[in-house]
Amino acid sequence: MVLRHAERVVPPSGPSAWLTTLTSAAMAFLAVFALALALASGRLADRWTEGLANSATIRISAPADQMDRQTQAVLDLLATTPGVALARALTDDEQRKLLEPWFGPDLPLDSLPIPRLIEVTEDGTGYDGEGLRLRLAAEAPGAILDDHARWRVPLAVAAGRLRILGVVSVVLILGTMAGMITLAANAALATNAQVIRVLRLVGARDAFIARAFVRRFTLRALSGAAIGTALGMLAVAALPSADAAGGFLTGLGFQGAGWLWPLVLPPLAAVVAFVTTRNAAFGKLREMM
Amino acid sequence: MIAFDSVAYSYGGAGLLSEVSLRLAPGSFHFLTGPSGSGKSTFLKLCYAELRPTAGRISIFDRDVRSLDRDDIARTRRRIGIVHQDCQFLDHLPLAANVALPLTVTGRDTPVQDLSDLLAWVGLGHLADALPPSLSGGERQRAALARAVIIAPDVILADEPTGNVDWEMSLRLLSLLVELNRMGKTILVATHDLTLIRTVKQQVAARVLRIRNQRVQLAGADL
Repeated sequence: MVLRHAERVVPPSGPSAWLTTLTSAAMAFLAVFALALALASGRLADRWTEGLANSATIRISAPADQMDRQTQAVLDLLATTPGVALARALTDDEQRKLLEPWFGPDLPLDSLPIPRLIEVTEDGTGYDGEGLRLRLAAEAPGAILDDHARWRVPLAVAAGRLRILGVVSVVLILGTMAGMITLAANAALATNAQVIRVLRLVGARDAFIARAFVRRFTLRALSGAAIGTALGMLAVAALPSADAAGGFLTGLGFQGAGWLWPLVLPPLAAVVAFVTTRNAAFGKLREMM
Repeated sequence: MIAFDSVAYSYGGAGLLSEVSLRLAPGSFHFLTGPSGSGKSTFLKLCYAELRPTAGRISIFDRDVRSLDRDDIARTRRRIGIVHQDCQFLDHLPLAANVALPLTVTGRDTPVQDLSDLLAWVGLGHLADALPPSLSGGERQRAALARAVIIAPDVILADEPTGNVDWEMSLRLLSLLVELNRMGKTILVATHDLTLIRTVKQQVAARVLRIRNQRVQLAGADL
């Protein structure tokens, strides 16, 4: 039978205890949202970049009696254009669905001067956009080529930057957590100066003393971050689904394996706490004889 | 064991000790006396490397203290039992855990029977689970002594160990130190109580060192 007190040499209570747990929980909660933002932005950027990168739309605005002729002319022209893999005119139903979010389901397409849309899919080599525009101007004066670059590129750039912002936010949150834990650890070390003096007096090495603090702060950060992450994931799960309402904000969340990413936060918080508390402890101990 | 060679120590420009040269031989018993503020505690702190000399050389177990890093100092203190006047316990741990602390910090387990025997030796067997703040001055001093000896040190340094206890308890504490000295431990006791020194000198061949005018001298018949 033996006595084991190595983990108990530091008094268990004090403001630094709940401060570390609370800070870790709050930071992990925020980090979950930052992660969700980063991942959702990433998905959006990928979708806009990849999904529309090889496609273009030709919009034909012509009097009703010329619409079919110009449409056919454009399709014929596209059929002989190098770099175009597929070209097809959208059906009335497809056009109605495109406009449905703005005008509702009962749009009288026939009675409105709606342009005809032709979807163009590029092959691997791509087409000569400027040459195609010149040929369209000659063959079908009402046809305008829209390669989506005008809106796709800035949106993809914005989504990419949102992703970076999300990642930067996670880093900043972890940095803030490190700062808070360092302050809490320093406060705990200062509060327990007498304990440290006694331990040094009886022959404790700095590593032993530091370990007592590091273990405690690491466990507090781990448990706090676990709570914060769980609450954050629940909050993200409770957001309206993208299917229900559509749009970027409702798409903010995790999909599939993306739900595993927040699980990285508690161990990451523990590592941050371990490193910062260890540095703080050894720094403080060096100040003492 | 511990040797001072022309050691001086000053703090904030004020000299506390100067030209101190002496040697604590293995198995010796020394008293260190002098008025309050004369430097007794400073001398003891120099002995266990809590302070470093501002001049001269101190060797502890044949190593110059200037060459000791923090881990070396920790290892050195495992060979020195220290009894402070204010005892310095971890108030949140029971007495038994406090007494076992020198072993705990080295990662060694303390057999309960050994701990019980040690506490019984200092007359505290019934207080193993008591918290330090609940102990009397004499009980704390005896507990500090038990903590100092649990790791079987080569040297025991006691700084005014009888400062907070009555005469009877003072004699009891000193008799424990004498007993340890007979077991081969090197003992240095700092005290201003000359009556106590005279009484204990009848039991053990102790040398008395006196701090006067920053110097440590061997006290003679005038004690």
